[in-house]
Amino acid sequence: MQVEMTVNGQSMSADVEPRTLLVHYIRDDLGLTGTNVGCDTSSCGACTIHINGESAKSCTMLAAQARGTDVTTIEGMADNGTLHPMQQAFMECHGLQCGYCTPGMVMAATSLLKENPNPTEAEVREGLEGNLCRCTGYHNIVKSVLSAAGNSTNGGSQ
Amino acid sequence: MIPAPVDYVEAESADAAIAALTQHGDEAKLLAGGHSLIPLMKFRLATPTVLVDIGRLGDLSYINDGGDHIAIGALTTHRALETSALLQADAPIMAHVASQVGDPSVRHRGTLGGSLAHGDPASDLPAALLASGGSVVAKGPNGERVIPASELFTGFLETALAADELMTEVRIPKATGAGWSYQKFNRRAQDWAIVGAAAVASGNGDGTRVALVNMGPTPMLSSAVGSALSGGASAADAAALAAEGTSPPEDLNGDAEYRSHLARVLVKRALDEAGS
Repeated sequence: MQVEMTVNGQSMSADVEPRTLLVHYIRDDLGLTGTNVGCDTSSCGACTIHINGESAKSCTMLAAQARGTDVTTIEGMADNGTLHPMQQAFMECHGLQCGYCTPGMVMAATSLLKENPNPTEAEVREGLEGNLCRCTGYHNIVKSVLSAAGNSTNGGSQ
Repeated sequence: MIPAPVDYVEAESADAAIAALTQHGDEAKLLAGGHSLIPLMKFRLATPTVLVDIGRLGDLSYINDGGDHIAIGALTTHRALETSALLQADAPIMAHVASQVGDPSVRHRGTLGGSLAHGDPASDLPAALLASGGSVVAKGPNGERVIPASELFTGFLETALAADELMTEVRIPKATGAGWSYQKFNRRAQDWAIVGAAAVASGNGDGTRVALVNMGPTPMLSSAVGSALSGGASAADAAALAAEGTSPPEDLNGDAEYRSHLARVLVKRALDEAGS
């Protein structure tokens, strides 16, 4: 079947099997391998992307379900080589170690700040409950998100 | 994990979805958010031959004041339930329980109708529907019918919905100002409830309804607790009956005896919080 959607601002069209998962379409058909597959059971969040600006787990969606939507992956976050403020905050606060969960963390965190621009530390931890990191113990990830919130609102706590 | 090969039909309307279901029989499955169905398909526990995608039927996503009840379109996402001022005021347990489902990314995609039609005994929203005394509207080739929550869940992952019926609306009686509670016991964030208890103290003299999560093959009302409360029992005495009439599952999280204990403890907490 033919599926059209916008990915990182570009119109894309591909002939896929109906059973194709969105994450496989993104990685294998579009070659955008920044979106990772972790648990493959919608628990870990490594595959988190945005559908129309809201975070979603692309391992638990069919490509067909995204037809006509506006999809953003981690590759679409930087603007002409300038990191997105959330990416910059992860870099400055050392919010990653092995980096496997990082694309999903960045996508979930930006979606969180869109809904709650000035979250408390507890709200950040709750908001990222669907994204697992096996390296950092979350401390620096939470710090990164709070830092990004501070940068964008001038009111976030560090 | 990759689902088995399947055909895909996108329904342009509720009637088109029903026509597709009628044509394909029980080999077809409705696809809404997909957050219950796609995992089953990836594990090959479900192998429908046709998916009827209703996910883009925007006219089935709404939260409206229906007078004595709140009318919720079946395709309303958990996120929309969680943030609805109308629900927070008039059926607060629905907004709260929606916020306890999965995680934010799951709640952006998962739908109320999908969760209820899946009928998982371990999921949260069926208990909220039962405790609220709600109902669902099912539309089929011969028109609409209303199914009370108490008659919706018929077996493990089975509901009273016929193979050619589509759930279109969920109705929650208003419980403005009434006491309520949802006690979800799990060990990690975003896990399913090991056991859960929902209680809503009805404002109209119907007494308090208590529903249990993961205490049998279906989401269930606790009739033993309800009867005891109607008969004037204290919260403590009623909660002591919480495991009566249940058949709790056994798994790595706990055996039947442990779950029975949890049910009694959680129902007591729920009744206390709901002010029953």
